[in-house]
This record gives sequence, structure tokens and C-alpha cells, in this order.
Amino acid sequence: MLTVPVETQIVFAGILFLLGLIGLLVRRNLVFMLMSIEIMFNSAGLVFIIAARQWNQPDGQVMFIFILAVTAVEVAIGLALILQVYHHFKTLDVDAINKLRDEK
Amino acid sequence: MDVFFYIAASIAILSTIMAISGRNAIHSLMFLILSLLAISVVFYLLDAPFVAALEVIIYAGAIMVLFIFVTMMLNIGLEKKQEKRWLNPRMWILPSILAAILLADLILALRNMPPVVAGKQVILPKQIGISLFTTYLLAVEIAAILLMAGVIGAYHLGSQKKKVLHRFLLKKQN
Repeated sequence: MLTVPVETQIVFAGILFLLGLIGLLVRRNLVFMLMSIEIMFNSAGLVFIIAARQWNQPDGQVMFIFILAVTAVEVAIGLALILQVYHHFKTLDVDAINKLRDEK
Repeated sequence: MDVFFYIAASIAILSTIMAISGRNAIHSLMFLILSLLAISVVFYLLDAPFVAALEVIIYAGAIMVLFIFVTMMLNIGLEKKQEKRWLNPRMWILPSILAAILLADLILALRNMPPVVAGKQVILPKQIGISLFTTYLLAVEIAAILLMAGVIGAYHLGSQKKKVLHRFLLKKQN
């Protein structure tokens, strides 16, 4: 039986979330930013699983399945947008594509 | 049992750091897959075997394959150089060692798993399914609508015709 204190488990999830946040803030490549968002989604799901085990209820795992569905949609749309951005601007650097419209 | 949790958690954190700090997108994605596998082992240790399987199948299997396809589509033309670099042992020795440690961790955890204790039992997929289709039925239908919208949006954004660019990306025509 796992006897790791629940605080340690939450701290582990928090570290993963922070790593994702750092990646999102530091990296300027769109693919890496989407990956960082994935990491953050995953750590949020991890907290749900920890809570489900703590209270011995299936609800947390149900929530993880919903997170999975949302993540799948987000990745599909995000990658389609990345492809469009790359075809149009020939770059994946977000600093190069910060204009809402083309300059005259 | 605790030591297995700590090993898997350390591998997850280490490979996530490598994933967000790498320069090559494909290498980072490989580290991210390793991180997801490590988190899946953590799920298994947290008495959630169904979710651990979903994590491997959907995250590491489907979502990461999407990422890899897109990254490879964007890096067309670099294959020969990349292949030469992949053959360099320094590139794959660290992920291989981490993955081997993770595999040993999982096997040892499986062998040392005690029989199910009567008091605190594992949540079975049956309970999850019953909860999903009774208590959370409305949420399931909302998720279905979301997936439908995602399919239509991805189809619309992914179509290759010049005229159907997203309006944010529409080139100034004249």
C-alpha cells in the first residue's frame, strides 16, 4: 500500500504544473508552448486522481476523463492553428506574429 | 511501495525539465512522452489503473503522435542531418536510461503489489462508468458537443485550400 503523504503527492503535481508554467512563459516556440500547456493539464488531472484516492470516490477519475477530452480537442485545434501560422508566416516564433493585422 | 512512487516522480520531473529546456522539438517530445509514462506509473501506484491505461493510450499514444506528426511536417528537409544526429549515442542514451529505470520501477512495483486490502479498495472501471453515465451524463453530452466542435474546427483550419484561411490569418488580398 502506498503510504506517501498526500501533501507530497500534491507537491509533486504542483512541481509539474510550475514546470509547465515556466515552459509556457520562457519558450517562444509555439510547439513548445502547446507542450507546456499539456504538462499543466496533466498535472491538474494528477491532482484529481490524488483527490479521488484520498476520498476513495470515482468522481476524480471521471473528471480526469473530461480533462482528457478537453485536452484532445485543444491539441487538435492548436496544432491546426500552428500549421496555419507556419504556412502563413514561415515561422513559429510568437514574437514574430504579434500583429493582429498585416502592416501596410 | 513508497520508493517506487518517488522514483517515478523523479523521472517525471527530470524528463519534464528536459522537455521544456530542449532545443530540438522531437527530442523534447520524446522526453515529454517519457514524462507521461512516468506519470502513468504514478497513477497506477495511486490505485487508478484504468486512468493509467488511458494516460498511456490517449496521451502518450494519440496526442503525442499528433505532436510528432506536426513537428515532422514543419521540419521537412532536415531529415538527413537529423538522422545523423540521432545516431549519435549522446542523444538517446539519457532517455533510454530513464525509460529503463521506469520499466524496472513498474515491474518491481507490480511484483510487490500486495493483494487487495478489504478496507480500502481500488476504484474499478465499472464504478467510473456507472458514475460517468448517471451522475455526469450531462457533462458527457457537453463533452460530446465539444468534441464535435473540435472536429469541425480542426477540419476547417486544416483544409489546404487557399481561400479558407482562418480570418485571423487572412492575407490582405489587394
